[in-house]
Amino acid sequence: MSETTSYHGQPVLKEPTWTWEIPMYFFTGGMSGASAGLAYLSELRGNQVLARRAWAISLGAIGISPAFLISDLGKPTRFLNMLRMFKVTSPMSVGSWILSGSGAATSLAALNAWTGLFPRSAKAARPAAALFGLPLSTYTAALIANTAVPVWHEARRTLPFVFGSGAGLSAGAVVAAVTPPAYAAPARRLAIGAALAEGMANELMHHRLGEHGEPYKKGAGSLFSHISRACTVAGAAVMLRRGASSRPAAIAAGALLGAGALSARWSIYKAGFQSAADPKYVVGPQRRAIERGERPGASRSSAKVGEIKPAVGSPASAPVELPA
Amino acid sequence: MTQLETVAWPGSYGDKAKPRMGFFTDTSVCIGCKACEVACKEWNHVPMAIEGFTGNSYDNSVTLGADRWRHVAFIEQKVPLDVTEDVPLVQAAERGAAADGGVSTYQEGDGFRWLMASDVCKHCTHAACLDVCPTGALFRTEYGTVVVQEDVCNGCGYCVPACPFGVIDQRKDDGRVWKCTLCYDRLKDDKEPACAQACPTNSIQFGELAELHGRAEHRLAHLQQAGQDKARLYLADGQDGIGGAGAFFLLLDEPEVYGLPPDPVDTRRDVGEIWAAAGAAAVALGAGLVTAVFGGRR
Repeated sequence: MSETTSYHGQPVLKEPTWTWEIPMYFFTGGMSGASAGLAYLSELRGNQVLARRAWAISLGAIGISPAFLISDLGKPTRFLNMLRMFKVTSPMSVGSWILSGSGAATSLAALNAWTGLFPRSAKAARPAAALFGLPLSTYTAALIANTAVPVWHEARRTLPFVFGSGAGLSAGAVVAAVTPPAYAAPARRLAIGAALAEGMANELMHHRLGEHGEPYKKGAGSLFSHISRACTVAGAAVMLRRGASSRPAAIAAGALLGAGALSARWSIYKAGFQSAADPKYVVGPQRRAIERGERPGASRSSAKVGEIKPAVGSPASAPVELPA
Repeated sequence: MTQLETVAWPGSYGDKAKPRMGFFTDTSVCIGCKACEVACKEWNHVPMAIEGFTGNSYDNSVTLGADRWRHVAFIEQKVPLDVTEDVPLVQAAERGAAADGGVSTYQEGDGFRWLMASDVCKHCTHAACLDVCPTGALFRTEYGTVVVQEDVCNGCGYCVPACPFGVIDQRKDDGRVWKCTLCYDRLKDDKEPACAQACPTNSIQFGELAELHGRAEHRLAHLQQAGQDKARLYLADGQDGIGGAGAFFLLLDEPEVYGLPPDPVDTRRDVGEIWAAAGAAAVALGAGLVTAVFGGRR
């Protein structure tokens, strides 16, 4: 890679102003979304023990999510402005509506699962919560992919799969940890299958990112990525070997897998900051795309004028005199 | 010249639409006086922001941000000395005459040149900040410019990493985002923006975008003719990644030399693809859940 030009090494992009609440929300939002699906489907299969716990996890995770999001706002008292409009060009706007719908449906479904209240509304709320949960798990990837940050935007086709499988992983892991092993087989299958899927989606993302993926190889982006992989592999191994027979093992495996899913969100979050902060990650790929003729670029040296009237004093009008 | 129509302008304003207004910043006549930075701060009550002593040439204000809506860049370049180079005497003399004609910005003869440029919000034709704003705080004015409504912004920060130029930013103690308004208040009173009025060399030219384009093309042609073969217009065309800008530039070197991206893109063009991927991933998650629950013993 050739040395790229910069202005005194200054960043071209601004780093996001988001704080720790945002990657936490990526985790809790995904966990809630996938847990709702797990709960609804388990109910259909007749596994009420698992379903009730999954509803509780889904409700807990979606209950804390708005707190994270509102606390991150620069003007928290204006959080309702998020619902002033519905705007498809803004995944954050669409996501605010998904989160609202999901929150309402999940609350009703979970309340009904534990208390039996509102049976008629809950009948509609249960499938609604399960359905809302799916985009709730992946829209956050669309949100960060729709920015100028190269490591996020260039991963726009694969990032939602990383987030979606990560959501399944966290939901399966935590629900398996809180459910008696005899009833938790679907959660264990979900956790292990999603761990595999997340690993593959991650590999594919890094492969497709190519030169854009460099921020994942250094700093916090790399550190969290290593932690995530170690926790996920260890957690999946424990879950696979002992998760069905031992409650403590299932709890330990669930904690490890949950930590793996959380670290994966942090890795992606931090890599974005690193990608925005270094001008070489922004300018370099843009310049090379121009040089390869794939992009027109934003500047032009040839003037779009016919005949130019020479200005007074310009070399075109004045005869050139050689200095003595 | 086209006026570079945007999504909301002039269409949604009907007969209340004004001509699209903008800036043509001709960096070849910028002298780095920073009057634009000061005038902008004064008029718009932009708070103090002290960055300390950077050592980056004469630039101690560093970058555009919430508290700096005009920023003057200073670049020091060592360039081969024209006359000692192996060029024909006539060509060297022509370049000397170009300097006398006022089309050269650097001190001739010492093999060193200054580039100075006043940067500002580009008021993009396809503005990423506006596209991603979930509250509608960012909007397109009747002049085709992009402005933040400070009474609506809730400080979600989405516009900050969305801007391909790193212009808009959050004011920490206030929580909201701020940027150049192209002096929306002054435009409504038929006054030119404070920076353009303060500029002593007319490096910052304000006017109807279509007229500025015409002026810029002539200026570029003259500079090219005078031997400034690296002179270029930046963001003057509709086919770039942001559909052209309301604030465009004449540069004397590649954009990245000035800290500007060579190929900025409004990611809205990919938003269909992004939603398709998110939708497909949601369906895949659903399939995974069904498999996990029904694909084995209860």
